[in-house]
Amino acid sequence: MSTPTVNDAERLGLSADEYRQIIAHLGRPPNPTELGVFSAMWNEHCSYKSSRRWLRMLPTSGDQVIHGPGENAGVVDVGDGWAVVFKMESHNHPSFIEPYQGAATGVGGILRDVFTMGARPVAILNSLRFGDPDHAKTRHLVGGVVGGIGGYGNCMGIPTVGGECAFDPGYNGNILVNAMAVGLVRREQIFLANAGQPGNPVLYVGARTGRDGIHGASMASAGFSDGAEARRPTVQIGDPFMEKLLLEACLELMATGVVIGIQDMGAAGLTSSSVEMAARAEVGIRLDLERVPVRDAGMTPLELMLSESQERMLMTLRPGAEADAAAVFRKWGLDAVVIGEVTDTGRLELAMHGDAVADLPIGPLAEGLVYDRPAAEPPSSEPAPVPDRSATVDTLLALIGSPNLASREWIWEQYDHGVMGDTITPPGSDAAVVRIHGTDRALALTADCTPRYCEADPRLGAIQAIAESYRNLSAAGARPLAATDCLNFGSPEDPVVMGTFKAAVEGLSEACRALGMPIVSGNVSFYNETDNCPIPPTPQVGTVGLIEHVARTGTMAPSPGTSVLLVGNAEGHLSCSLYAREIHGLTGGAPPPVDLDAERRHGEWIREQVSGGRADACHDISDGGLAVALTEMCIAAGTGASVQPPDEKLSPACFYFGEDQARYLLAARSEQVDGILRAAVEDGIPVRMLGRFGGRELQLASLGSVAVDTLRRRHAGWFPSYMNGNTGGTG
Amino acid sequence: MKAVVVVFPGSNCDRDVAVALARCTGCAPILVWHGATSLPPCDLVVLPGGFSYGDYLRAGAIAAHSPIMRSVREAAARGIAVLGICNGFQILTETGLLPGALVRNAGLRFVCRPVDLRVEGDSPFLAGFTPGECIRFPVAHMEGNYQADPETLAGLEAEGRIVLRYVDANGGVTEASNPNGSVAGIAGITSASRRIFGLMPHPERVIGDELGGSDGRRFFAAVADALA
Repeated sequence: MSTPTVNDAERLGLSADEYRQIIAHLGRPPNPTELGVFSAMWNEHCSYKSSRRWLRMLPTSGDQVIHGPGENAGVVDVGDGWAVVFKMESHNHPSFIEPYQGAATGVGGILRDVFTMGARPVAILNSLRFGDPDHAKTRHLVGGVVGGIGGYGNCMGIPTVGGECAFDPGYNGNILVNAMAVGLVRREQIFLANAGQPGNPVLYVGARTGRDGIHGASMASAGFSDGAEARRPTVQIGDPFMEKLLLEACLELMATGVVIGIQDMGAAGLTSSSVEMAARAEVGIRLDLERVPVRDAGMTPLELMLSESQERMLMTLRPGAEADAAAVFRKWGLDAVVIGEVTDTGRLELAMHGDAVADLPIGPLAEGLVYDRPAAEPPSSEPAPVPDRSATVDTLLALIGSPNLASREWIWEQYDHGVMGDTITPPGSDAAVVRIHGTDRALALTADCTPRYCEADPRLGAIQAIAESYRNLSAAGARPLAATDCLNFGSPEDPVVMGTFKAAVEGLSEACRALGMPIVSGNVSFYNETDNCPIPPTPQVGTVGLIEHVARTGTMAPSPGTSVLLVGNAEGHLSCSLYAREIHGLTGGAPPPVDLDAERRHGEWIREQVSGGRADACHDISDGGLAVALTEMCIAAGTGASVQPPDEKLSPACFYFGEDQARYLLAARSEQVDGILRAAVEDGIPVRMLGRFGGRELQLASLGSVAVDTLRRRHAGWFPSYMNGNTGGTG
Repeated sequence: MKAVVVVFPGSNCDRDVAVALARCTGCAPILVWHGATSLPPCDLVVLPGGFSYGDYLRAGAIAAHSPIMRSVREAAARGIAVLGICNGFQILTETGLLPGALVRNAGLRFVCRPVDLRVEGDSPFLAGFTPGECIRFPVAHMEGNYQADPETLAGLEAEGRIVLRYVDANGGVTEASNPNGSVAGIAGITSASRRIFGLMPHPERVIGDELGGSDGRRFFAAVADALA
């Protein structure tokens, strides 16, 4: 093999300086295989080299945290010996190139991260960002991504219970597909990605290795330019049936006690799984690559090491347990082959037919690099003036039928959200709720981020994402436990992007600390840009909360005859609102301020009302403001409502469509109202009576009246009509 | 009632239906692996939902040829009751134990939603409901579009073997209330003997109000009474 040059290194995405560092670590130039392995481990996707410095700011610990970032997924105690395992991850680049397979394998990858830890996955969520509905590619991408997510999760038999979807021209050239998986495990059955002692056999299980997905991690470490579709061969192909078998076989083998460590082969395949498992145990690992089960003949050592073929796992076993393990996998019809051994050398040693092909130190490979990239001062803005004099019920109809507020039923109908028989709250509410199987407790799950806020002020936008998640959990009556993040940004080499990244992490950190929700797992996705045009900063967060009694789960569907109570203050913040954008075409301006102390106090109080059974229904107020929240409650329950602003201080537009934070709508039966209002005064929570649910119309004083059926039709209509090609983005 | 639930590779509603049987009939079923060549003594065999063998080729096509299905066919011939839910219904049509075929949904998309169903005929599986009664189970499938040739359909109608139809809130069979394009709104049919029942909707998912409904609980409790 000829010795690679700096040019070869640069073609693999390494800088000249990084190439010099590799030579310094080795004391000699790397051979082509070794250089390829380094490039896979040192790219942005695997090494977090631009983000790590800032991620250290995030709060990651707490009494409830069993394992924070650094493992395949975060693990949090939920009591009674159970732990919840969860993580969110991006699959943006592949999904833009090949939406069905890109999204499907994104789901497959995040599920493996969860069951690798010994947990049975119990729920999937996703967060999708598409470009302008009128952009030529958007409809095709929506159809493919939703089909792919459903296709994978439905076959696996794991319910897809929630998420969100937004359209914004900022994603025209680079959509976002973030998937979150949630699993449950007994505390004593948690498995880690740790290779264990020298002498442990290294077992390869699952699908055979092909040439698919080679350099996928590198693709995720560079921006797109025209012709991205030519990268289609780097997108992996998913086989959810294979993964279902792998799930059942892994859990069955784990229960026998012979598994020492396990990691899925995700980005950078065999390379990252072997290196990271060895690094955590501070040992070495030797692999005989000719033993790797292949479906393509003649693959080179480097191709075997970099393949991102799906549905594969690497595990280390107790010595002597090889036959037991093979028997379990044979039952499930899967390949399981010992391909190497844990060593005491601290090195990654690769051989092919007895010939050494690579000999690399594990430490530098796994530790990667830490860059302190230049970061510009992030944007912040003053509140923008928004016309507020002419709102009517037609304004509400326009908003509720707009692409970003219209019902997502078209999406979630394609997801099996009822399999496993524990879905308490299906998609379409503040938080999805899934019972902990065989118990009376449940997990509440959310995915949130408001990109227009993040674009205007990334720090405040990140704070708001956590605050909105916190409200969604609280409205369901759940005690917030912890969060996962998926940070989607443009190129970290652009100081403007890096500035927004730093600001968003600062915001997350501040909000998570204030609300007691540590970040226990996450993912950074940089280089979301096409032709040097980055996406809006998108710090997506997923959160998990705990409900003590399933029967006390909050609902957003009020009973007719209950009173409408507003929790929180109406300030009428219209700058950066959906009303400003959809009705007046105004973007930018400062997003609503977030008072984290008020969020915490209001959230705790709401949880008391919901879990104490005093709230008939509850819904958080976010996009579109009070009128939209009220409409969503009316549609959910099939009942009308009649409300009156409590004073004349605000214009109708400000009162009904302002997006002030820390607010909820509460429905209460008449015999509960006095007690609730008294408790609010005692607890210092601003609560005011606005009116009553009931009838068939939504009557909004100063705006007018409209039948709930009309609202429902408008709300439900946009998505199917758009996907059928009948409607553009303007509804 | 002694029940068996067959588990194929790719089955994913096996646990759900086992939980439902245990909870609603007081008797936990026996799970039998697809590779088994005999069935334990039982009153009911359940073929659960899921994606048996990945639904490669056609939904249910490979499962129809798995070792255990020979025993299921023999049991059915002896009059043992057989219930196929979703993928299980697809397997029953693929084995020929029930007529017709389940093809891709008319909308070409997976559909997961609660549906209203009208009970008809005199199946022991629907003994818990009165003919004409409307109940609600969820569907979750990509290939639930029931089709059969005109003679078969005429026979099913004449013999009263169409026992569940998709209907609207008023109990009428309409295009809008049909989630998958099934001919005549067919959601479930029985064999001529009434001892084999296939349906696309999932009764095992609605066995308590916290799950959005209890019609499934009534379903399983009555099946146990009728078959015990």
